[in-house]
Amino acid sequence: MTTNQQTKPEKTDAVPGAPLLEVDDLHVEFRTRDGVAKAINGVSYSVSAGETLAVLGESGSGKSVTAQTIMGILDMPPGVITGGEIRFHGRDMLKMDKDERRKIRGKKIAMIFQDALSALNPVYSVGFQLAEMYRVHEGMSRKDAKARAIELMDLVKIPAAKERVNDYPHQFSGGMRQRIMIAMAMALDPELIIADEPTTALDVTVQAQVMDLLAELQRERHMGLILITHDLGVVADVADKIAVMYAGRIVEHAPVDKLYSSPAHPYTEGLLASIPRLDLKGQDLYAIKGLPPNLMRIPSGCAFNPRCPYAQDICRADVPPLIEVAPARHSACHFAQQVLDKNGGS
Amino acid sequence: MTTAAEPILQVQNLVKHFPLTQGILFQKQIGAVKAVDGVNFELTQGETLGLVGESGCGKSTVAKLLMNLERATAGQVRYKGEDISKVSGKALRSVRRNIQMVFQDPYTSLNPRMTVADIIGEPYAIHPEAAPKGSAKHRVQELLELVGLNPEHINRYPHQFSGGQRQRIGIARGLALNPEIIICDEPVSALDVSVQAQVINLMEKLQGEFGLSYVFIAHDLSIVRHISDRVAVMYLGKIVEIGTETEIYDHPTHPYTQALLSAVPVPDPAARQHRERIILTGDVPSPANPPSGCRFRTRCWKAQEICAQEEPLLQIRTGLQGHAVHASACHFAEEKDIVHSH
Amino acid sequence: MPEHDRQREQLPTSSDEQPHFGSIETPSIFLADAEGTTVEKSGAYAAPDGSGPQDKPRGAWAEAWRELSRSPRFYISGVILLLLLTMAFFPGWFTDQDPRFCPIADSNMEASSAHWFGTNQQGCDIYSRTIYGARASIIVGIATTAIIVLLGGVVGAISGYFGGWIDSVLARVTDVFFGIPLLLAALVFMSAFEERSVWTVVAALGAFGWMQIARIMRGSVITVKSADYVVAAKALGAGTRRILLRHVLPNAIAPVIVVATISLGTFIATEATLSFLGIGLPASEISWGADISSATTVIRDQPSQLFYPSLFLSVTVLSFILLGDAVRDALDPKLR
Repeated sequence: MTTNQQTKPEKTDAVPGAPLLEVDDLHVEFRTRDGVAKAINGVSYSVSAGETLAVLGESGSGKSVTAQTIMGILDMPPGVITGGEIRFHGRDMLKMDKDERRKIRGKKIAMIFQDALSALNPVYSVGFQLAEMYRVHEGMSRKDAKARAIELMDLVKIPAAKERVNDYPHQFSGGMRQRIMIAMAMALDPELIIADEPTTALDVTVQAQVMDLLAELQRERHMGLILITHDLGVVADVADKIAVMYAGRIVEHAPVDKLYSSPAHPYTEGLLASIPRLDLKGQDLYAIKGLPPNLMRIPSGCAFNPRCPYAQDICRADVPPLIEVAPARHSACHFAQQVLDKNGGS
Repeated sequence: MTTAAEPILQVQNLVKHFPLTQGILFQKQIGAVKAVDGVNFELTQGETLGLVGESGCGKSTVAKLLMNLERATAGQVRYKGEDISKVSGKALRSVRRNIQMVFQDPYTSLNPRMTVADIIGEPYAIHPEAAPKGSAKHRVQELLELVGLNPEHINRYPHQFSGGQRQRIGIARGLALNPEIIICDEPVSALDVSVQAQVINLMEKLQGEFGLSYVFIAHDLSIVRHISDRVAVMYLGKIVEIGTETEIYDHPTHPYTQALLSAVPVPDPAARQHRERIILTGDVPSPANPPSGCRFRTRCWKAQEICAQEEPLLQIRTGLQGHAVHASACHFAEEKDIVHSH
Repeated sequence: MPEHDRQREQLPTSSDEQPHFGSIETPSIFLADAEGTTVEKSGAYAAPDGSGPQDKPRGAWAEAWRELSRSPRFYISGVILLLLLTMAFFPGWFTDQDPRFCPIADSNMEASSAHWFGTNQQGCDIYSRTIYGARASIIVGIATTAIIVLLGGVVGAISGYFGGWIDSVLARVTDVFFGIPLLLAALVFMSAFEERSVWTVVAALGAFGWMQIARIMRGSVITVKSADYVVAAKALGAGTRRILLRHVLPNAIAPVIVVATISLGTFIATEATLSFLGIGLPASEISWGADISSATTVIRDQPSQLFYPSLFLSVTVLSFILLGDAVRDALDPKLR
């Protein structure tokens, strides 16, 4: 893939020194007939080139909605962005016009979805779909584009790419399809990749292969990577830093090794404790009590308070801000220091 | 858990081939998908047998065969000594009272047009002899309470519950007939992480209370270790290794088990660096046309001539010691500790 | 790892749940919601979230009804259809003129206070004929639809549920019927009868109009029968009858209801066509189709004679289609 290096997109009107992507105090609501669901309630994070940020959360935590908002593929309505900025190279994407955003989407920020089979068009060969990226965006000839498609398939290590370029999506296995999705995301040499549960639908032995490939490409090309997942295990392997989301907020933000060894938020602590260990047969599995909240009726104060073993009156009254509890570590808990101390993190 | 007791369930040479046919009017069989191809295991009372493997290995077909939802092509499923794989009609109905199932997806396994009372009460409508007349409603409420749901909610519909709560309803339905064996097909894989633990704990509590035996089918190796007494690893329709939880996880001898264990993402970046990772190449071959000899040989780093010619039997291999002495279907079975970082 | 071990010891190990939330889904996000309240370990049930808007247990049908009751299309078509039904069964409430009283002296009169819509060539009052014409249309529409739902539903359900050779045979039979155009078949069928009545029309349309319902039912049943809850019922030992009636049909019927509502209008239009062609209802019956037909002879001088029965016919057909549309939206949760 040497040819791609030449087409490195020129960074027009970028603000110098700004991180690749900054999400700043983002608020998103879904206005449905049954009420207003507050999906994102002030989320801020940033990713630099060459950095991997993992966004961890359960269903309804807002992790995917944030990604969809960044990509500009949020269904509006019912979704409404009620506040915040999403800056790409320092420029707020939410204020850009449609054409400008479209130039960024796919070309500079690409997305990989969980379900590769439904993300690929079943009636076209994978080669055609890959080549189309070049024909549409870069106006290449049919022949050149196909050659590039084969190069891409080689890049993502699909065996016998030349022979398989004319195969259809259903002729590939799940892992191979996810590789094709990655190839498609890589096609225009983006600066940032958002991967939404990229390995969730895959078997463990294949998961590892795909995750390794993604991490390798990210390193080689010095891209930013936002990895959205619910799986604490997958994240541990590749992420530099982790943002844990709950009920539309970031509750903990930390470098990856710190978060696992000494969580500073009760939710993270509970999550880590509730996963069975592979190397140890535990007796009683810790379970976080209760259920994730209804986004139409988020509990007052800290959204986690009804499930939290540390909860006091203050937790039901005040929303805890995300504050720095140790160098590079942030937690949104009134008792963050106590949790952190207990876990030996300070 | 001891395995000395009389097994409650014995599976012998269980085979399920799905015919591949061609032609519309005159169908001609051109082959078969060998989904399950000679599976043997036993289950004792009060025990949990974990069945792990990747998608397409046949573990869900085994569940269907045990439940008599599919007819076995060959082999036997013996419940307390009696072969139940060929029974039908009345005899089958009475077998169903003793073997029940919990499904994977709590969103599709409950009829959306029925209330919770109807869903959990259905077993009693089908088997009126299981509950004295008029006591069904009361039993349903007891069951709801047992699985941690409010018994006042019997008139609600499934969509009014969250995923974890729906799975509890599914478990209550499975328990209604007081079965001895429950086949759990990926019962927590569709649930959120924080809710998975609740459901697992519930299942363990119920097992202790009623002396249930579980066949626990899952792809998540950590959860299987947590809940299982013994574990069987499946690959392409066959069990490649079977043993106690300690034997399989701490002393695996089959290369596939080792690869599977090494691929499990561990939520611990520190341990990660010390662990050896075996990354398998290629994909699982098609079960319609499995490799000759050992089915794993196409992806195995140990494969030799003999692996293509001779199928390794699932048996205790010589030259192994301690916990490594358990059945493994590999010509070159050798202990290798994967999950512990040293 | 020591950290992990310590965590396990220090965290309170409880598996109890607090009052919480049921679930609803919106297109792009899962929202856990406050319905199925769970139980504290002590046995005291946490108070259900009583203030919640969804507190009452509500089934899928009730949900569809609620959805329907918010749809303007439902109200518009509902009011019109209610009016038409009243017209069909109590025409006397709308007019005291006899539609069969046709003094030739009154031929082709303009609209007046005595004859709101004027009179036709024979001198009959067009207003009262239009009112009385509703009955034939409504009866044909409803009765035919009842027949096709029953016939097509049974064929489709059997075909879809049992599959195999039964399905092959029934599918071929359906195909054969599909090959015959409805109007042509009805024409041939009707011409075989000397004595024609509303019920002959119903029989003709019913006999050749069920195939679409059968196909839709078949597809719907095939989808539903592989659902986990059907497998679960089988695993419990449920018989075929119970599975079909309790599990498959209630979940497979929605698309059939939609298509049936829309075809109601189509059948009314077909009946009018048959009557227009003179092969539908006998001249003694009053029907919009026959009136439209007779009005064509004076279309240049008296276009209003054609206009009124046509207007009523198209409004009726449109109302049923509108109703079908509203019902589809209410029954399809994906559109919410």
